[in-house]
Amino acid sequence: MSSSSESTVVRKTALNSAHRQLGARMVDFNGWDMPVEYPANAARKSGGLIAEHMAVRSSVGLFDVSHMGDIRVHGPAALQAVQHMTFNDASHLAIGQAQYSALLYPTGTFVDDVIVHRLGEDDYLLVINAGTREKDVAWVRDAAKNFACEVEDLSDRYTQIAIQGPNGWRTLQKLTDADLSKVKFYWFTQGTVCGLPNTLIARTGYTAEDGFEIYIPSDEATSVRVWNELLAAGEEFGVLPCGLGARNTLRLEGALSLYGHEISDTITPWEARLDRFLKMDKGEFIGHAALVRQKQRGVDRTLIGLEAIERGIPRDGYRVVDPEGRGIGNVTSGSPAPFLKKNIALAYVPVEYSTEGTELGVEVRNQIVKCKVVPTPFYKRPKRTPATGSAALPDTVASESKPRQ
Amino acid sequence: MAYPPEFKYTKEHEWLSVEGTTGTIGITDYAQNSLGDIVFVELPKVGAELAAGKTFGTVESVKAVSDLYAPVSGTVTEINAELATSPEKVNSAPHTAWMVKITLANPGEADGLLSVVDYEKFIAEEK
Repeated sequence: MSSSSESTVVRKTALNSAHRQLGARMVDFNGWDMPVEYPANAARKSGGLIAEHMAVRSSVGLFDVSHMGDIRVHGPAALQAVQHMTFNDASHLAIGQAQYSALLYPTGTFVDDVIVHRLGEDDYLLVINAGTREKDVAWVRDAAKNFACEVEDLSDRYTQIAIQGPNGWRTLQKLTDADLSKVKFYWFTQGTVCGLPNTLIARTGYTAEDGFEIYIPSDEATSVRVWNELLAAGEEFGVLPCGLGARNTLRLEGALSLYGHEISDTITPWEARLDRFLKMDKGEFIGHAALVRQKQRGVDRTLIGLEAIERGIPRDGYRVVDPEGRGIGNVTSGSPAPFLKKNIALAYVPVEYSTEGTELGVEVRNQIVKCKVVPTPFYKRPKRTPATGSAALPDTVASESKPRQ
Repeated sequence: MAYPPEFKYTKEHEWLSVEGTTGTIGITDYAQNSLGDIVFVELPKVGAELAAGKTFGTVESVKAVSDLYAPVSGTVTEINAELATSPEKVNSAPHTAWMVKITLANPGEADGLLSVVDYEKFIAEEK
């Protein structure tokens, strides 16, 4: 888990006191005081990272993700502005639909990845990462300045809670009048949640599982009340509050990118294998020209999935070596995978090492741990019956399963 | 969880229990709690020489790697093989799930370690 010392003032979400009351272990995450896990205690028999991870895979878990930022872009030229500043094609979005996208520098490398929601006719909401909030807001303002639209930073206005797992919809349905079975994956609706009208309810998440994210007013009383009502509603399903630890292992099993790891200001979407979200044909956008050039030249390195075939845990930053022991790349994220019960990693290596089944090594404290290249995502959630309203993982979020040529 | 009063402790959160010339080493409840779910314990081989204050192995949780430091010097006579298959025992019973047993090189060395009172004071300040 990375932490930053850039900011000396530690920021807190409106749920900070609720986390502390639950006995959470808190960490500094990109300048935010956030729960990393909620150990078991007298009131809660099961807890800790692995139990939290498994609760999301098998039933339901609750995350405070209020540190994420929210930028609204609205006005007559909002679509053109969004098209100019993101790599996916927002012109296909219906009102009530969302898409995974990214902001790129002119060099074709990442400012951040985002989820773009189309709120209304000329009205878009970009949900961005915590660690890049100020940078993103400034960047979006600048990118939108020649378009007839307004950019509003709504980050501090919302408490964002993620209700993730196959029983996420059952948990949330108890507290809302919105018919959640009608909300497809990567769509959203607005409804009353815990008595709060017009609450944004999105079927999105970062766990490679079905689930919802809700956006409620960020005052402490309201935030804590909704958090506690969700915990109570999920009790019959064995809900657990989940920290950033489980959030990281869940997203890693799903091979979902994390800014500063798989994507950064030195990595392009071609290298990160996010091609399926990259709509080169939609017209001009920032970074387009550089990406055309890189495509013509070909990429030197690519993101691969690794699975350890010997004892040892590849972790963030560890060196990847070829069978002769020569350094060929680095692990961007690596961890034990609690559901898969394997040690897995994502890493950048030269393209010639990316074929499935290739044996590579990862240097773990001066020892080489043998790993093999495996398809990603490492974990794909099982298809469920239509009654749950949850379709199979659509291609808007699944990573590619084959190395790119 | 209570810290056994007969143990000696280090500021790196190991415990040492001494019987005659045999020392048993493990990590404390505070250590396991801050590491979280432990998934891997790497220990030296029987016969290895431990030097006081130097690392002799590692313990890994899902999200962190932590070195094990020898509270005192000695020769490894036994390792807790159970931890290879059940590392989670360190979480559930840190003060009984020992890691290594050693023959103490210098039994007087243990006197320099923290008493239970000093250790509890130390971790209260850490929090």
